[in-house]
Amino acid sequence: MKEGFDTTDCFLVDGKLALPYTYFAGRVGSKFLTTIRDEKKIMGIKCNKCNKVFVPPRQTCDVCMEDIRDNWVDVQNTGKVTNFTVVRYDDKHLPKKAPYVLAMIQLDGADTPLVHVVEGIDLDKAKIGMKVQAVFAKETTNTILDIDHFAPA
Amino acid sequence: MGNRVAICAMAQVKNEPNVWYQRFQGMLLDCLEPILQQTGVTYDTDKGIRNIVTCSDDVFDARTISDNGMTDVVGAHFRGEEKTAQDGLNGLGYAMACILSGHDDVVLFMGHCKESQTESRNMSTNLAYDPFFCRPVGMDFLNVNAFQARAYMEKAGVTDEHLAEVVVRSRENAAMNPFARESGKVTKEDVLNSPFLADPIRELHAYPVTDWAVGMLLCCEERVKEFTDNPVWITGFGNCMDRYFVGDRDLTSNFSLKKACEKAYGMAGIKDPKSDVDVIELSDAYAHQLPMLAEGIGLAGEGQGGKWIESGGPAKANVNLSGGMLNGNPIMLGGVARAVEGYIQLRGEAGDRQVDGAKRALAHGTTGGACQHQTVLILEK
Repeated sequence: MKEGFDTTDCFLVDGKLALPYTYFAGRVGSKFLTTIRDEKKIMGIKCNKCNKVFVPPRQTCDVCMEDIRDNWVDVQNTGKVTNFTVVRYDDKHLPKKAPYVLAMIQLDGADTPLVHVVEGIDLDKAKIGMKVQAVFAKETTNTILDIDHFAPA
Repeated sequence: MGNRVAICAMAQVKNEPNVWYQRFQGMLLDCLEPILQQTGVTYDTDKGIRNIVTCSDDVFDARTISDNGMTDVVGAHFRGEEKTAQDGLNGLGYAMACILSGHDDVVLFMGHCKESQTESRNMSTNLAYDPFFCRPVGMDFLNVNAFQARAYMEKAGVTDEHLAEVVVRSRENAAMNPFARESGKVTKEDVLNSPFLADPIRELHAYPVTDWAVGMLLCCEERVKEFTDNPVWITGFGNCMDRYFVGDRDLTSNFSLKKACEKAYGMAGIKDPKSDVDVIELSDAYAHQLPMLAEGIGLAGEGQGGKWIESGGPAKANVNLSGGMLNGNPIMLGGVARAVEGYIQLRGEAGDRQVDGAKRALAHGTTGGACQHQTVLILEK
């Protein structure tokens, strides 16, 4: 604190911003999320110019600037870990209780990794290259967490 | 119209962990009043401050239109007031453009951020991501930077020991900077034994929660003598945004930093930063970013970050003599803190950490997870 600062009548007021929202996911995002929810299937979108399959999907290839919104392809529910961390702090925005593995997972058939949780392994056994598969949630939350987590394949 | 923009004055409060006893408006006033006194600048609509660039963030201020809360304090009624809601170094670049374009002679820059106001900095940065694919899985700048740390340490041969050295040096340098957060000196063992937050990032590898405010007065070349005898010139600026999804990016390539440097170096006529820049300040919010960013600006060879630390690279090139972001500056203002150190060094006012004969400084700022957006500003005496 600044030396000699007079803290007379310095009072802290508690506040909170907690405002529920509903966001339109876009047509591309909507189809991706509802397909996971209803068919337990993960889809990507392919750019026919550069042949890359994007997960999460998007309607324009940002390299080729092609409109790719209709080029849906199925990718596998399995993939490999390309990077990971062990989240060791608890917080309200986190989907799981610490410690747990958060990983970048390249699904078989996709070119871009997706970030998601990996469970069912010892924390010190997590490594790059390990094979994982999606475990779908028993009850829907209508979010990407309809994939509850990934587990060793 | 001259082709240079001067920083004529700067005032700051001390970086502190928790300025609970003062509103950010008060912190800003503590910066504005010394600037008015130092320069004699007025709010005259012909000759004085007609435009103000502010830097603040709605989430950290817990209000919409965070600059609205600053309007009275910075004197923005009946004149332009424009907000930067990312690293404030971009606000300085914008202020520079206002002057170089001929729209303004004199621009006031004011930035603030009280990270301590929010219960969780990680919850705040989670909101930087989209609500469809990224927020629900808990992505925040800490765990995303951990992906970058793992990939970069592997690529550049950077070890846990190297990172400990980076942290020890940061705290030692900060102890010589009277406006730095009093984070305290640490030993290598302290760092190596500090608990993991998000592997491989340890608690002491991460910049601590910090509150700060700062102001600068910028002016065109013709009128600089009205305000100061010791100006510092902005001679280069560049910025660039990398792709959004972390899975789309090479997290260790410094793509956006290299692009930002190309523009800033071209503008300032820098051929080789190793020989052409005397003072270098990098926004190392996390310890692994110091060597990685040094690669990005061309100070260390590609993938040579580990060797660069071993060979005393940071000290040799006068990197982060302020203590760096790692010692504690708030998000939003990391880059401005770097420019402040450049300004102080070039004016010869850095005391025990002064670089003799410093003529040119590089300040770097970044916004977003894993250095998605990067900004470089070149300052000269």
